[in-house]
Order: sequence, then C-alpha cells, then structure tokens
Amino acid sequence: MEQIEKCKVISKTEIVNGVFDFTVENENIAKKTKCGQFLHIDCGDKSFLRRPISICDAFDDKVRFIFEVKGEGTKELSQKQVGEYIDVLGPLGHGFEIKNYKNPLIIGGGIGIFPLFKLAKELNSNANVFLGFRNKDRVCMEDEFDSVSKMCIVGTDDGSYGYNGYIANAMEHYIKNNPCDVIFSCGPMPMLKAVKGIAEENGIECQISLEQRMGCGIGACLVCVCESIFEGTNKYLRVCKNGPVFDSKVVKL
Amino acid sequence: MNMKVNFCGVEFKNPIVTASGTFGFGDEYNEYAPLSEYGGIGTKGITRYPRGGNKPPRIAEVEMGILNSVGLQNPGIESFLEDLMPHIREYDTNIIANMSGNTIEEYCQMAQMLSDSDVDIIEMNISCPNVKHGGMAFGTNPDVVYELTKEVKTVSKKPLVVKLSPNVTSITDIALAAQRGGADGLSLINTLLGMKIDINTRRPVLANNTGGFSGPAIKPVAIRMVHEVYKAVDIPIIGMGGVMSGADVIEFMIAGASLVALGTGMFIKPDLILDVKRDIEEYCNKFGISDINDLVGSLVLNE
Repeated sequence: MEQIEKCKVISKTEIVNGVFDFTVENENIAKKTKCGQFLHIDCGDKSFLRRPISICDAFDDKVRFIFEVKGEGTKELSQKQVGEYIDVLGPLGHGFEIKNYKNPLIIGGGIGIFPLFKLAKELNSNANVFLGFRNKDRVCMEDEFDSVSKMCIVGTDDGSYGYNGYIANAMEHYIKNNPCDVIFSCGPMPMLKAVKGIAEENGIECQISLEQRMGCGIGACLVCVCESIFEGTNKYLRVCKNGPVFDSKVVKL
Repeated sequence: MNMKVNFCGVEFKNPIVTASGTFGFGDEYNEYAPLSEYGGIGTKGITRYPRGGNKPPRIAEVEMGILNSVGLQNPGIESFLEDLMPHIREYDTNIIANMSGNTIEEYCQMAQMLSDSDVDIIEMNISCPNVKHGGMAFGTNPDVVYELTKEVKTVSKKPLVVKLSPNVTSITDIALAAQRGGADGLSLINTLLGMKIDINTRRPVLANNTGGFSGPAIKPVAIRMVHEVYKAVDIPIIGMGGVMSGADVIEFMIAGASLVALGTGMFIKPDLILDVKRDIEEYCNKFGISDINDLVGSLVLNE
C-alpha cells in the first residue's frame, strides 16, 4: 500500500534567486526513492492541484528537492518554514535506468540539473557531467556535481561563466572525440531536442526526463501526456507513470 | 447503520462511487485505498475503437478546480473486455462501465457487448465536451437523447444510466427525455465547458483550446441540477461534481442523489474515500440516521 506522507522540513536555502533547496525528513520516501523520480506536493491552500517536483537526492531518512518559484503553487511551497510539515505523494514515476555503462554522460540545463544529482552519485562518480545555465547568476550545484563526477563542465548561454554557448554544443564536441555509451538528460525543451538529435545521430543510448502539467500524478487521469512514436492507445504516454524518464527514441519532442 | 443502496436493482455496499475519467481502471488508486472500500467504480470512458486522445497540455488549473481536455484516450471496448475486465472484476466492488459513441449504431454495439460481459451497470456518456463527434452533441438535444436512449435500451440487458451534460439550457428537459427513452438511472453532472487564457501569450492554456471544468468550484451548479432533476424524474440519480469531503456527499444525497461519485478531489487526496466514509458515519451518528437511504431527496426548501 501507498499513503500520503507527511514530511518535516529540516532545511531550506535559496541557492540562487527564486530557486529553493529543501531537505525534508521522511524515511519511507527516502528508502524507496530511485533516481529520476518525483514528489507530488500539496503546496497549500492557494493552489488546487499538487505540484510535481523532482527529487534531487535521498539518503538515510532525508529527501532533498530543489525547485524554482514559477507560479502560485511553488511560491506557497517556498514559504514553508523549517519545522513545518508538507503533504507529499511519492516517490512517483519511472526514473533513470542504470545498467553497466562504461562511459556515461550527464547533461542538464537550468533547473533540469536537479534530478540528475542522485543519478551522478549512483553512477559511482564515473560520469562526465555537462551543466548549462542562462548566465553566471543562475549557476548552482557546480561543486556538488564536481565531487560526484569524473569531469564536470559548466557553461552559460551568454558566456558569462565557463563554456561560452549552449551546453549541448560542448557535449557534441566532446562525444565526437571521446567514448560515450549513454547520455542522461533533463532540461529545457530546446536542449532536450538537441541532445536527442545528437545522441541518435551518434547511435548512443539516451534517457531523457520530461516535464508536463499534471493531474493525479499516479497514472489514472491521463492529462500529463507526451507524444510517442506509437499509434492508437499508446500514442500518448503518461509522463507521471511511464515517465518522467523515457528512452529518447520512444518520444517525439 | 445501513450504508447499502439498491440502485437500479444492483446492490451497492455504500453510496460512494468514482466518476469516470478521473479513476482510470482503478489499479492506481487501489494502491492508496482498497477498491473494496467503494460501493462501485466508474471506469474510464471507452469507445468502440481505441482512441489516442487530444494533444497536451490537457490540464489547466483554475480557481478551486481544473479544466481537462483528455479527449477519451482509451484502448477501445474489445481491449477493455478482454484485457482489463477480468482483472477489474476481481476487486470486490461494482463496475459502472462508461461508454461513448460517435453514432447511435456504435452506442448500440457497445451496449450489446457490455450486456454480454460481467459489468454491473452501463453508463452512457452523451456529455463529453472534449471530442469533435458524438459526445456532448448527443446530450444537448432532448429529441436526440430520447431516440438514442430508446435504441440503446432495446439491446441493453444491464441497467442503463445516462450521463448528462450541464451545458444545456434545461437539464430537466434532457433528463425527462432520457427517462422517456427508458433510462434506468441518470448521472450528473459531467464537466462544464470552459477556457483559460495565458495572458502572456494570448493563447488558451489547453492545446484543445477548451476543456471540461471540474472540482469544488462547480459543486453549487451540480447540487442545483441534481435537485432539479430529482424533482422532475422517477429514476435514481448518481450525483457528482466537486466532492471533496463526506459533507459534500451528504449534500448531494439531500439534493436527491442515491449514489455520489468522487472525481477530481482524488487528484489531491487519492485516499479521499476513507475520509468520506468516516465523515458520513459521524454525520449519521450525530443526527441519528439509521439508513443512509433516508437522506436521499430529504431537502426541505425555504418557503
């Protein structure tokens, strides 16, 4: 059986402007979490639906998630104080599949980097990580990713920090000259499209994590779908249940 | 305390069911509260042939509710009967199978197929606001509702419940037409047609532009309609629209519903059924009600 979980907020930091890093206490969730899964959070009275928020890390009885304030729901969530309890469903969804990879690569953009952190840890610090941000002010978690990866390249779209340009270009250059047998990605749609294209051109397995407006979060209501390569009933797959992580070859972006 | 309800000749262990389309085929919610807790479950609307549904985004949040434009994504009736039914039947609860057609012939074919299956009740959806053909087009004209109900009733060997659209001038005219056509029961309300605009892009949030409005915001409309229809017809009603608590279930029953469906509220609380049952029990104890059926239509209007 699953249940609605109560999670006590034990730390809260605004790591960059409007982006909040929460750690909550809940052993059930922490024990069950697989990398790439998400929480469906009741943010408060001002928003009717729950909000899906990806899990950044889970260890012992702690669960960490980081989110950007985008609307009323995330704003309310950001106002929760240490010691308060939040009402959570989770962990939910189908996460990243980890096989015995030799040269895994992780590429994340903006707030899409957060669900990739636990993955980097579970790849035994063997992954080459590429992180892209809009500009220097948005850069975060660089040191943390660096400590759990073989190599960590950070870039900004405007060149104000690190690699100058879109991080997918840096990744493309890298895989032309180095071995790579899987790409894991999460980030804005233009980046995911580029990553999917590059991976498929080079015949590299690619797992991408998608985002969609959600209803129930558990697979029943069929609202949070993405378009797949299939026809008929499976034309649209559920991001909350079949995903959020998909084999890039299965979905149309 | 008696919680049992006899609805169209089918015994329900309690008056709480689920609204089609919010509940899939039950497996997901069974993880949060056993399906045996419900009097019955309304399964996802099925069509004669599989349907992919509409493009995303399919959901938009509004004040105290949502708009959805799923568009009847479903595996089709053959897959429902062969692949899903045997498994759903194992749950200790009644099955209200919801069906939607493009033509009278399709409705009749499906009613026949469901009659030969192990479902308990057939719910005929003539009120889906999210499909181009059929759906709500059938449910907004009393003559069409009468004709369709009469035809389907001739082939249906299971109790037939007609699900009504609120997007009409007079829901009682439609209800009476369904009753005249031979409907054994009615369910109401389906979603209200709505729209939400993103003012930054000046485009609708839903890819389908419009969608069905549900959630607690629509409850007063649903209560009023259940009350009006209850007064007008002699057949029993499944009431629904914005139920978030046991108090809401009781309100629907007082208005005239014999069964009450949970829907959008389960998106927030997947184990809502447990709270609802506890609340109802407390209410009945408080007011010394020994039979839940005594609540149905017990409304006293102000002079």
